Amino acid sequence: MNFDDTPQEAEFRATARTWVAANAPKEFEEELSKSSLGRIRLAKHDMVEVGKAWQKKKSEAGWACLHWPKEYGGRGATPIERVIWQQEEGVYGKLTQPFQIGEGMCGPTVMAWGSEEAKRRYLPKLASGEEIWCQLFSEPSAGSDVAGLRTRAEKKGDNWVVNGQKIWTSGAHYSDYGLLIARTDPNVAKHKGLTMFFLSMKSPGVEVRPIRQANGMQEFNEVYFTDVVIPDSQRLGAVGDGWNASLTTLMNERMSIGSRLATGVPEMFEFCSNLMLEDGLAIDDPAVRSKLASWAVKSSGLKYTSYRAISALSKGERPGPENSIGKLVSGMMLQDIATYAMDLQGAAGVLTGADEETVHGQFQQMLLSSPSMRIAGGTDEILRNIIAERVLGLPGDIRVDKDVPYNKIPTKGR
Amino acid sequence: MNFDFSDDQKQLRDQARKFLSEKCSPKAVRVVLDGKVPYDKELWKGLAEMGFLGVAIPEEFGGAGAGHLELCVIAEEMGRANAPVPFSSTVYLAAETLLIAGSDAQKTKWLPAIASGEAIGTLALFEGTGNPSPKNIKLAASNGLLNGVKKPVPDGAIADFAILAARTGSSGRDNDISLFLVDLKAGGVEARSLTNLDPTRVQAELTFKNCKAEPLGAAGEGWSILTQVLDRAAVLTAFEQVGGADRALEMGRDYALDRIAFGRPIGSFQAIKHMLADMYVAATLARSNSYYGAWALSTNASELPEAAAAARISATQAFQHCAKNNIQVHGGMGFTWEFDCHMYYRRANALALGLGSLSYWEDQLIDRMRKKNAA
Repeated sequence: MNFDDTPQEAEFRATARTWVAANAPKEFEEELSKSSLGRIRLAKHDMVEVGKAWQKKKSEAGWACLHWPKEYGGRGATPIERVIWQQEEGVYGKLTQPFQIGEGMCGPTVMAWGSEEAKRRYLPKLASGEEIWCQLFSEPSAGSDVAGLRTRAEKKGDNWVVNGQKIWTSGAHYSDYGLLIARTDPNVAKHKGLTMFFLSMKSPGVEVRPIRQANGMQEFNEVYFTDVVIPDSQRLGAVGDGWNASLTTLMNERMSIGSRLATGVPEMFEFCSNLMLEDGLAIDDPAVRSKLASWAVKSSGLKYTSYRAISALSKGERPGPENSIGKLVSGMMLQDIATYAMDLQGAAGVLTGADEETVHGQFQQMLLSSPSMRIAGGTDEILRNIIAERVLGLPGDIRVDKDVPYNKIPTKGR
Repeated sequence: MNFDFSDDQKQLRDQARKFLSEKCSPKAVRVVLDGKVPYDKELWKGLAEMGFLGVAIPEEFGGAGAGHLELCVIAEEMGRANAPVPFSSTVYLAAETLLIAGSDAQKTKWLPAIASGEAIGTLALFEGTGNPSPKNIKLAASNGLLNGVKKPVPDGAIADFAILAARTGSSGRDNDISLFLVDLKAGGVEARSLTNLDPTRVQAELTFKNCKAEPLGAAGEGWSILTQVLDRAAVLTAFEQVGGADRALEMGRDYALDRIAFGRPIGSFQAIKHMLADMYVAATLARSNSYYGAWALSTNASELPEAAAAARISATQAFQHCAKNNIQVHGGMGFTWEFDCHMYYRRANALALGLGSLSYWEDQLIDRMRKKNAA
C-alpha cells in the first residue's frame, strides 16, 4: 500500500508538470485558486475566451482530451494518465469548464455512435475547444424520467423536423453544437421511440433563453425548437435506438473519477476556528466539534475512495458505478454545512452581503446554490437507485409505463 | 498509486474468510451468545494454528512477522464473522502495548504465548463511566503494589495477564500515569464477570488488593504509551467494524431480495433500496478511511493520530448504521433472537464504546486536525 507513481506514471507526471509550468496562464492562478462552490467567474475576463485559449494551447501540445485516440484530437493516453494530467493541470483545470459537457458526454457519444466521417469532422474541434457542445436531454416534464421526453422529431424526406423544448442546458448560449435526444415514434413504448441527433445551435428555429435560478443566478438555459431541420446524416445510431445511445452519455457523466467535488469542509473548519461565540471559539464547543468531525470523515472518506478508484485504474481495472457516491455525499453535506454555519451566526446569518465581516456571504451563497448539487447530473434519489440496482443487485422498480405505448401513458394536463 | 492491499494480503483475506466460514458459523457464535462458554476455545486454538494471532508479532517473539496490513485484513474477517474470541483485547491491545513498550523479558514471556494461543491478554483502562483520560485513572500504585478497581475490562475474567494504567504521581499532569503488567493467575486480583451488551465478547471487573505488578515501560510514560496503543487499536478495530458493516449490509440485501411482500421482493421498493444504498455509502466511506489508517499504521507515519481518529469515527458510524438498518430491512423477523441481526447490532454498539466513545474520538480528531493545520 503506497501513494507512489509507477516509474512510467512518474515520467508522465514529470512531462505534464514541466509543460504546465511553462505554458499555464499564470495571471489567473490566484483567482482560480480561490475556493469556489459553483460556476467559475473571472473578474475582468470572459471565462469562455480564456478557456478557449488554454484549451487550444493544450490541444496543440497533445494535452486536450488526452484519453481520446490521436486521430480524434486526443493523445491515446491511458485512464490513469488522464487522472495524472488532471492533478498536474490543477487549478487551470477550472478553465475547461465550458468544454466539460462536450468532452465528458457529447464526445464519447459521437465516438460510440457516429460515422467515421462525423468523428473526424467534429471530435478534433471539440477537443481543441474550437467548437463547444451542449447536451439537450432534460425537459420540463422529463427530468429523472428522461425517457418520458416530448420533443418531437418527424422525418420529412432526408431531413428531420424538430419541435419542442429542452431545459437545464448548460452553456447553450455559447455552444456551437448540441447533442439532442427526441421522440421519433410516439406509438411505441417510451424507451423505444427515441432517436439521438446532433445539430448546429445556429440552426434556424433554435432559440436559447436563460433561466433565472432559485439562487438568483443565470447559469442554465431553456432551448426552444420550432421547425428546426436536422439532416438525417446527423443521426447517431439507429432510428428508435436513442435510449441506448443516451446511456453512453449518461454513463460518462458519472465516470469522472479523481475530480474532487467541493464538500464545504475546509471552509467550515476555517470558519469555526475563527468564529467567537459567547463562551469562546466555536471550534472549542463540543456540539460544533461533533458535527465538524462527522463532516471531516465523510470528506476524507470521499478522498480516499477516489484514491482507491485511481489505484484500480492504475492496475488497468475499470471502476464502476460505485463512484456515484461522490456527488450523493458531497451534495447533502454542502447543504448541511451551509445551514449549520448560518446557525452559528445567529440572526446575522440572514445577511448575504459580500462585505459582512464573518464570512462574506460565503455560506449563504452555498445554502442557496446547494439544492442544485443534489439534483443536477442525477438526483440523490436516482443515485441511490443506481447504487441499489447496479452495485447491490436489487431489482428495478416496477414500471407501470414500461410496455405502454408512449401516447397512451396517462399524463396530467397534456 | 497503489492504495490497496497486495495480492498476497488479499489471498490472506480469502484464507481467513474460508477458515472462519468453516469454524465460526453463526451457530458456533450462538454457543457463546447463549452464555454456555465465555469464548470459543476451539476457534481460538485454530486461529493460533493458522498463525493469525501472531501475524503482526515479529518472528523472534514467536509470531509470523508479517505486519499490520496483514493484521488489518484478518481483523476485517473477524468482524465479518462476529468471532466470539478475545482477539481485540489480546492482539490489538495487549500485544500492541508489549510491542511498543514491553521489556525484552516481557516480550519474550508473553508474545510467543499470545501467538501460540496459550495466553489471553487484556488492557484494563477504564474505571467505570468515562472516556480515556488521565483524570479518570484512580487506581493507585505504590511500592509495586496496586490497589483499586478496573471496569469494564474486556475479557478480564478469562485473561491470563492484564496491562493496566495506574496513578503513580499527583502532579495533575499526564506523567502521573504509569503502566503495569499483572499476571492474573498469580493471585491478588479478583475477577467478576459482568453482563454486557455483547455476550460474544465478555467483560469483567478486576479488583486489585495489594496486588504485585511489574512496571511496563518507563515510569510516567503510561499515558503517552496508551495514546499510541489506542491509535493502533482504533485502526485495527475499524477493520473489524468495516467487516461487520459489510456483513450487515449483505444480510439486509439478501433478505430484501428474498422476502416477498405486496406481491414483490421488498428490495424493489425504493424505501428499502435507498436505505440499503445509504448503508453502502457509509460502509464505503468507512472502508476508505480505514485503508488510510492502515497505511499510516503500517508505515508508522506522522499522520497516524489523525488517520486513526478518522477511521475510528467513520467505521463506528458505519457499523452502527448498517447494523441497525439491517434489522429494519428484516422487519419483525429482525427483532427475533433466532435471526442473526441482533448479534451484529450488539457487536456494533459494543465496539463503538470499547476504545472510548464516538464523542471522545470526534473530540480527538478535531484536536489533531487543528494541530496539523497549525503546524
